[in-house]
Amino acid sequence: MDMDWSPFWISMTTAGASIGITFFLGLFCAWGVMSIRNEKIKIILDGILTLPLVLPPTVMGFFLLYIFGVKRPVGRWLAEYFGVRVVFSWGATVLAAVAMSFPLMYRSSRGALEQVDQDLADAARTLGMREWDIFWKILFANAVPGVAGGGVLAFARGLGEFGATAMIAGNIAGRTRTLPMAVYAEVAAGNMEKAWGYTAVIIGLGLMSMTLMNLAAARAGRKGK
Amino acid sequence: MAGKRMGVMALAVAVWALAGCKEPGSFGVSSVRSQEASKVGRGWADGGAEPGQGGIDVLENQEEIVVAAAASLSNVFEDRLIPMFQEQNQGIRVRGIYDSSGRLQTQLEEGLEADLFISASRKQMEALDEKAMIASETITPLLKNKLVLIVPAGGEAGFGALEDIVKAKSIALGDPDSVPAGQYAKEALMNLGIWDELQDRVSFGTNVTEVLNQVAAFSADAGIVYATDAAGMEGKVTVAAEVFEESLSQGVIYPVAVVKGTAHSQASGRFLEFLKTEEAMAVFEEYGFARGE
Repeated sequence: MDMDWSPFWISMTTAGASIGITFFLGLFCAWGVMSIRNEKIKIILDGILTLPLVLPPTVMGFFLLYIFGVKRPVGRWLAEYFGVRVVFSWGATVLAAVAMSFPLMYRSSRGALEQVDQDLADAARTLGMREWDIFWKILFANAVPGVAGGGVLAFARGLGEFGATAMIAGNIAGRTRTLPMAVYAEVAAGNMEKAWGYTAVIIGLGLMSMTLMNLAAARAGRKGK
Repeated sequence: MAGKRMGVMALAVAVWALAGCKEPGSFGVSSVRSQEASKVGRGWADGGAEPGQGGIDVLENQEEIVVAAAASLSNVFEDRLIPMFQEQNQGIRVRGIYDSSGRLQTQLEEGLEADLFISASRKQMEALDEKAMIASETITPLLKNKLVLIVPAGGEAGFGALEDIVKAKSIALGDPDSVPAGQYAKEALMNLGIWDELQDRVSFGTNVTEVLNQVAAFSADAGIVYATDAAGMEGKVTVAAEVFEESLSQGVIYPVAVVKGTAHSQASGRFLEFLKTEEAMAVFEEYGFARGE
């Protein structure tokens, strides 16, 4: 059975671009929130940053549509000044994937970073190390397994994103039809065999992600001693 | 320390699993009309039917029939025809399920229990008939519809005929595999020889109401829907051009039939007959449909 592989490539490039953005965005937001002294602000900010995790993807898609739609504030600004149209573009698939996977990266990173013994960081401060170096060489270095695990989760979430993507990226063959969307469309059309084909690919990718995550966790187990 | 890290991992996995569960089974589309796109119809809430009123039939028990109908029929059915029928037939309640004909066909094949099926093209009806799921003798071409090219409100500049669709930077059409409106659109565009060049900017919606809403929301510069759909969304979309019947081999036909093996064949038959009456046809025509024959 020959299958149209374009959804696979679209999903991979989308998830790839998305993790590239989400990894650093989540990591730095985690560091930022972690460093806030004011407990109240910390909690509120954490809540906002984690929100996409608890909202249904369709609600997120709805929000994104209202922000980036052609007639909406940000969307119109992008269209007028940069000639960029977000809705129904490949970029929209990345946008949706980033929005939905960000909380996973953020939460995992924060958990991992906060577990690093703060005494190490304080000792470094007494020795005059810059905060930036402290972050990378002490906090991040000791949190790698947890952060990496978060990265794998975020990648997997970006790969599996459907609801928000469907709303702002549409279903354009060869441009925005991701693997989940392809399954949905094939089932709607009654092409069960094709749907199975795409499903098998998604399962394969999912198993790979989980295996990677387990490896990262195992490394964390060994390193923690 | 290992224990804590495993705990974080476990929490992350649990959260991820939960997030996965939030994926919708069938998603809606932005905008008001989406709620009507694949909704289940409102039944008549009355229980206190009065028997014996002149001309009103009463069956012994309240019977409910399920009508699986093409999305483009949701308004005319829910707003007018179903209430009309129920008033005249106090013992029968009609519940409508509206979606793309292709999706309904799939659902019927997978076990959806419906009593009547009305699709927006012959393709789905014939497919089900071949699987012996339709009471073949009841198949009737009920309605005709027209296709139109629509643009978001006020965006008709430059779009005077169907060919102008090539000027659009993003286009919304029904998925030809599952949505009759998409099938017809593909046929018309192939006859014009422009189908292939549009492929890199066409988003396929899973039912025609979704296409309508995407154009209304300015997500797409142009789309092809039924004239009846466009009429219902006057302020939000503008009809730029009509797709002439000559570009379609058979025209847009809505066949209706009773599903085989239904427990409510009598009540279903009654509803089918009602749809063919002059009274019902007048309402259909008000909404922009034409007679099938």
